[in-house]
Amino acid sequence: MKATIRLLYEFIESVRIAWAQIRANKMRSMLTALGVIIGIIAVTLMGTAISGIDQGFENSLAMLGDDVLYVQKWPWGPVEDWWNYANRPPIRIIDAEKLNRVIASTPNTLLDVAVPVAGRGGPVKAGDNRVDGIYIFGTTADYARITNVDYREGRLFNEIEANNGRAVCVLGFDVAEALFPGRSAIDQTVMANGHPCTVIGVFAKQGEFLGLFSFDNQLVMPINAFTKMFGSRRGAELRVKITDKQKLMQAKDELVGAMRRVRGQLPGERDNFTINEQQAFKAQLEPTKMAIFMAGLFITGLSLFVGAIGIMNITFVSVKERTKEIGTRKALGARRRTILLQFLVEAVSICMIGGLLGVVAAYGMFLGIHFQMPSFPAQFSVSLVAIGLAVSVVTGILSGFIPAWGASRLDPVVALRYE
Amino acid sequence: MIAPPPPDPHVRRLFRPPGALVIDIHGVTKLYRMGSETVHALRGVALKVHRNEYLAIMGPSGSGKSTLMNMLGCLDTPTSGHYQFNGKDVSIMTDDELANIRNREIGFVFQTFNLLPRSTSLHNVELPLIYAGLPPHERRERAREALHKVGLGERMLHKPNELSGGQRQRVAVARALVNNPSIILADEPTGNLDSKTGEEIMQLFDQLYEQGNTIIVVTHEEDIARHARRTIRLHDGLIESDRMAEV
Repeated sequence: MKATIRLLYEFIESVRIAWAQIRANKMRSMLTALGVIIGIIAVTLMGTAISGIDQGFENSLAMLGDDVLYVQKWPWGPVEDWWNYANRPPIRIIDAEKLNRVIASTPNTLLDVAVPVAGRGGPVKAGDNRVDGIYIFGTTADYARITNVDYREGRLFNEIEANNGRAVCVLGFDVAEALFPGRSAIDQTVMANGHPCTVIGVFAKQGEFLGLFSFDNQLVMPINAFTKMFGSRRGAELRVKITDKQKLMQAKDELVGAMRRVRGQLPGERDNFTINEQQAFKAQLEPTKMAIFMAGLFITGLSLFVGAIGIMNITFVSVKERTKEIGTRKALGARRRTILLQFLVEAVSICMIGGLLGVVAAYGMFLGIHFQMPSFPAQFSVSLVAIGLAVSVVTGILSGFIPAWGASRLDPVVALRYE
Repeated sequence: MIAPPPPDPHVRRLFRPPGALVIDIHGVTKLYRMGSETVHALRGVALKVHRNEYLAIMGPSGSGKSTLMNMLGCLDTPTSGHYQFNGKDVSIMTDDELANIRNREIGFVFQTFNLLPRSTSLHNVELPLIYAGLPPHERRERAREALHKVGLGERMLHKPNELSGGQRQRVAVARALVNNPSIILADEPTGNLDSKTGEEIMQLFDQLYEQGNTIIVVTHEEDIARHARRTIRLHDGLIESDRMAEV
């Protein structure tokens, strides 16, 4: 107990000395801290980017709906054996109907409903206003069951409209804003890639998927209207909602079986379709995250290493300059531990200052990015500050230890005689 | 009413009973290796110092008086021989045990004062108490007391560069006193002071001695040594003479 209190007093004294020392050598301390500042900026920005990507991804996944499986010709992500996929027969719109019939005849099915989606990119016009690169797609009225999107105004087409292939459509938020700024789009006619259709609804703002693809740049129409306008040759994809997302794998297995029946595949034949799910995005994102992480680690490591050498050097200088003071302190009863602590605290203090400045600078950069590019996924958190400061403390301890150890072992007689 | 005459210090000294043994060394040698040469700084020294003695150690440079002082101050350990401090064997102690002895039992006064330049007098005097693990309020109390004792009650918050040489040395004396050490060890305490200020510092030591402190002064000046009651002269690493001052 007594020893602990004594250690505490010695620690407080060390902090006091360290601050006096840093204040007396402001310029020198700042220059030394520079390496650490850069290192901490790197650490923090890397963390910002990684957690930002994670967060952006989670948000986007929620947008897609995390209980939907995608039946498509191609898997998401790169494939090596592309020739195995290129010759697959396309997924047909009619497959959705067949699949729904299979689902209906299966007891205890894990699949809820299948919806066909056929789409293409193209311009949408209304009067003199025109927006390009809009994802125009057709689907059935069951689309409402697989998404949980809100409407700014209007509604989705109903089953009758869908079956009759009426030329009606629902606009994404940004499309409606661009074509009908500040007024209602309902009952207006737009030209979807040259084909007229009547607006019956506008989606609420949904945001972007990873800052790459916007859900607000789309136009939805009944799939029968879509095929009338654009034909049905290009194929489609099926979106299948599952009943329980805890049983995703079982649902996927069931879907594979059901699809094989729909496609009339023989036993032993390889699947001529792919079941995609959002988790695949995650896997696709992993290398990017890893690359950022590795690059960040390298930059961080390098700058912290340089910073640590600077700290070590300045601590050596400090020990040399104050050899006589060390002697005096030892004569007055400072033990080895006391001296070691004193110089360690000094090195750590410089690193802490560097760490704090680094965190502040990184936060400034983060704010800059945030205001310049609001869609860029970046996230700043308290834990990042904690990590930054912890890293700087560890750097201080590692780099200050050798010189501080040397100081603690000085012979008091020699140290006192030092001029 | 007429004030009583001040007591004659000489009379008091003559009738003081001998105090307890503080320092007891015998057969102490110290070898230094300087390159290929071996220097015999001490060649077998025996010395006993009792509580409340006032001792001067003299000798020309190279006589071993610095080595002896370092030894007495527990800054250094002998190559051979025995050193008992308050009955404890110092020659077998570890570095940290020696640090504890220096902290509690020995008060150092250096020729160059050795104050912390960026700290106030008060904090300089508090330093040994920090190492002793005393709580802040008690430290401050005792440091104030010590500074008052050396006549610097008015300058507690001044830094060394705001003080004269004599005042700095008084701060150093207060620092040496503050832990109530068994001995005060002064190494050429007047070496960096003019003769008048030096004389004032020596009078301070005289006073401390009268108050019951044990004082060892290392010096090469006869004027300084004259303040002590006992003088040891070293020559070539041996004690040449050890005599009480003539009254």
